[in-house]
Amino acid sequence: MKERLVLVGNGMAGVRTLEELLKLAPEEYEITVFGAEPYPNYNRIMLSPVLAGEKTIDEIILNDRQWYKANGITLYTGDPVVEIDRVNRKVIAESGLEVSYDRLLLATGSNPFIIPVPGSDLPGVIGFRDIADVDAMIEAAKTGNKAVVIGGGLLGLEAANGLQINGMDVTVVHLMDILMERQLDRMAAGLLKKSLEEKGLKFLMETQTAEVLGEDHVTGLRFADGSEIEADLVVMAVGIRPNMELAQKAGLYCERGVVVNDTMQTYDPRIYAVGECVQHRGETYGLVAPLFEQAKVAANHLARMGIARYEGSVTSTKLKVTGIDLFSAGEFNEEEGDETLVLQDPARNVYKKLVVKDNRIKGAVMFGDTMDGTWYFQLLREGTDISGFRDTILFGQHDLGDAGHGDETRVAALSDDAEICGCNGVTKGDIVNAIQTKGLFTLDDVRAHTKASASCGSCTGLVEAILSSTVGEGYEEKPSKKPVCGCTEHSHDEVIRAIAEHELKDMRAVFNFLEWKTPDGCATCRPALNYYLLARWPEEYRDDPQSRFINERAHGNIQKDGTYSVVPRMFGGLCTPSDLRAIADVCEKYHVPEMKVTGGQRIDLFGVKKEDLPLMWKDLSDAGFVSGHAYGKAMRTVKTCAGKKWCRFGTQDSTGLGVKLEELTWGSWMPHKFKLAVSGCPRNCAEATIKDFGVVCVDSGYELHIGGNGGIKVRVTDLLCKVETEEDVLEYCGAFTQMYREEAHYLERTAPWVERVGLAYIKERILDNEEERKALYERFKIGQKVAQVDPWKARAEGEAAHEFVPLKISA
Amino acid sequence: MSDWKKIAPLEDIPRLGSRVVEIEDGSIAVFRTSDDQVFAVRDACPHKNGPLSQGIVAGHTVTCPLHNWKIDLESGEALGPDEGCTNTFAAKVEDGMVYIQLS
Repeated sequence: MKERLVLVGNGMAGVRTLEELLKLAPEEYEITVFGAEPYPNYNRIMLSPVLAGEKTIDEIILNDRQWYKANGITLYTGDPVVEIDRVNRKVIAESGLEVSYDRLLLATGSNPFIIPVPGSDLPGVIGFRDIADVDAMIEAAKTGNKAVVIGGGLLGLEAANGLQINGMDVTVVHLMDILMERQLDRMAAGLLKKSLEEKGLKFLMETQTAEVLGEDHVTGLRFADGSEIEADLVVMAVGIRPNMELAQKAGLYCERGVVVNDTMQTYDPRIYAVGECVQHRGETYGLVAPLFEQAKVAANHLARMGIARYEGSVTSTKLKVTGIDLFSAGEFNEEEGDETLVLQDPARNVYKKLVVKDNRIKGAVMFGDTMDGTWYFQLLREGTDISGFRDTILFGQHDLGDAGHGDETRVAALSDDAEICGCNGVTKGDIVNAIQTKGLFTLDDVRAHTKASASCGSCTGLVEAILSSTVGEGYEEKPSKKPVCGCTEHSHDEVIRAIAEHELKDMRAVFNFLEWKTPDGCATCRPALNYYLLARWPEEYRDDPQSRFINERAHGNIQKDGTYSVVPRMFGGLCTPSDLRAIADVCEKYHVPEMKVTGGQRIDLFGVKKEDLPLMWKDLSDAGFVSGHAYGKAMRTVKTCAGKKWCRFGTQDSTGLGVKLEELTWGSWMPHKFKLAVSGCPRNCAEATIKDFGVVCVDSGYELHIGGNGGIKVRVTDLLCKVETEEDVLEYCGAFTQMYREEAHYLERTAPWVERVGLAYIKERILDNEEERKALYERFKIGQKVAQVDPWKARAEGEAAHEFVPLKISA
Repeated sequence: MSDWKKIAPLEDIPRLGSRVVEIEDGSIAVFRTSDDQVFAVRDACPHKNGPLSQGIVAGHTVTCPLHNWKIDLESGEALGPDEGCTNTFAAKVEDGMVYIQLS
């Protein structure tokens, strides 16, 4: 018989735990859910848009009743649990219903704090916590005129904004001298207040409420200084208190909340607790992102996997008031010894402040332009050393917003029909709509549902910004440790290290050692593992064609109609009349419908049928060509200019050096595609400063440049060093290439890799340490012995014939 | 019931791979999974007709090489948030030989 799991509290934290549990162990429990409210689980952080009339209740339901039914969950709504009988392991609901449990999950949430002043229990005084409160506010707005919101925090301001949109005359009363003092510094709070005043809100700062006035309904407030204000509605939004009454009654240890350990267990090991009712390591949380992290951990233990730990959260905040962009995270008020970076532009109403200590971000406050909030927050969480880009950090992440988006950084200001993802034609409206109607919280969710940023990824920053401005604090930032894929908890770095340190030499060994969750991996992890194994054990690992993307398995680029394209290698871009004649003959013989000269100075033959590939390769191979690897995560091309042989400006033999570099590096598998170029003089006609490895010849030698990219995100190379001989160029190139091959994550180009690990680190390994450089170069050459076997020739001679020949029905 | 058509010995299809069988009005992709079961589906992704036979196989699914839709080999249905379905054909292994049913 299945064990019984009872969830008390049908809100976001509890139901999220169930969702995570169902993913891990769908058959483990017979599940019963009790909720005090009459609704299925809804998105509480969307209450402000509902109040503002931007959303309906139906639109913020996260799990409709059908979901509970489909997952075999028994749901009781409008029937709160009033007692836990721990001795007999059962819960008793208000209706008298009793349900037994083997495991109990408490997610009772929190209650708004009502200030204990005379009259605070009068009708017309409410909190801002649930759908009933929102209904009450909308109702009050129909008859009343004056509303007072007590509390100038996040929730209070959202309530005030909503009431004002509903036509009320709203005054915000705040005890402190600045708004949102827990999230903002003085400057940002001042800008916010000004913007809200322009929208028509009124503020009474440093004002303490002494009494709620009225006989049978609220009529106004009296303050500590004796002054009074009229009110038809009073909203108390001065904070929340964990709802731990039920737990306390059951004798569970509570302080400010229900106390839990790192596995989300209360003092009764059968009883777990998550969400706002919880106190963990002395902290309570009122934002959604930490609750989701807790949900994952609780689900992991309920599923008996027993490995996850919750270690607390750093939180960030966004205000969901349409038209106001505001972000804060971490410790944003500087202390002694901190440094403050500030960008302030009163004309654009923009303010950005970063609090930095030892070149690491401690906190961030932004007003007006919050585009880079998620980036700063990630740097903060990961403790990234910002010294390399400190001088430009306030201008934002340089690669955001390009790819046609120009300098548009105010996501909130974009119109709904603005195209965000140019690859898949997804507009801002599509994304916002999907986030709201489907209840999406992560970048991966948005990608799966809308395809935005799922192709080239250049709009990822914009999509993240839209996500965070739409769901506010519910947005789940990228975890600092990102698993390779859904098949594992391990990151790329951990996998790379395990393969090396534990001498894992085939994929099965990796799956077993790192406890992969799926028997065969998936289309994301298998190509990565195949690469890592190949890069680490070039002489021992046997390449697995079934773990390669089709282009690398068939050694051609698959095109949209299922045909392939063929690019013969032409070293350094040089060719002879007989080379061109051979290519022309092949094209005519196999009826190639289109030829094109590529950006990398090669010739691309399009529209080749798969079964013709080996035949064509045989002809090309006979004419002396090898594969151009234009289809692979591999060394692609060395682009060259004319050089000193012909050009009147040339300082060195750039074509000759290009040929040598290509002879050294061709055939090498890489984490991603890898391009080189050699320019004969600083005019740089071969565009070497946007390549993964670029050489710019000068009269006195060779400048070596690394980490450039001319594609999705244009990035100019960093200068690695200057060397004097061609031999040095080859050695440094081999060493850099090998370092990238060994340490970068699969599908990470050199540009983001260099930014991630830092130029200083690469210089240290390659420039400062000759022994290290020579060892890297040596390892590169060992790998090349295996790699420089032409795959086209092998297949022309019959290797992997099954890949290219269709089967016939024989009987 | 229509006839079982003999295709090829099982070892002619790579494990976690596929072969294409050409029929009059198109192609069928015959997959072999890691547990040595075989599945036959029309060689066209419900999204944009990508050749599923060229995709990466894992469990009883294949990922289309064109835009990464994941297709369930048993039902032919797209998985995850994507929606669509490709035709499936009955397939079996008997005495080491693969058979499929065309209708």
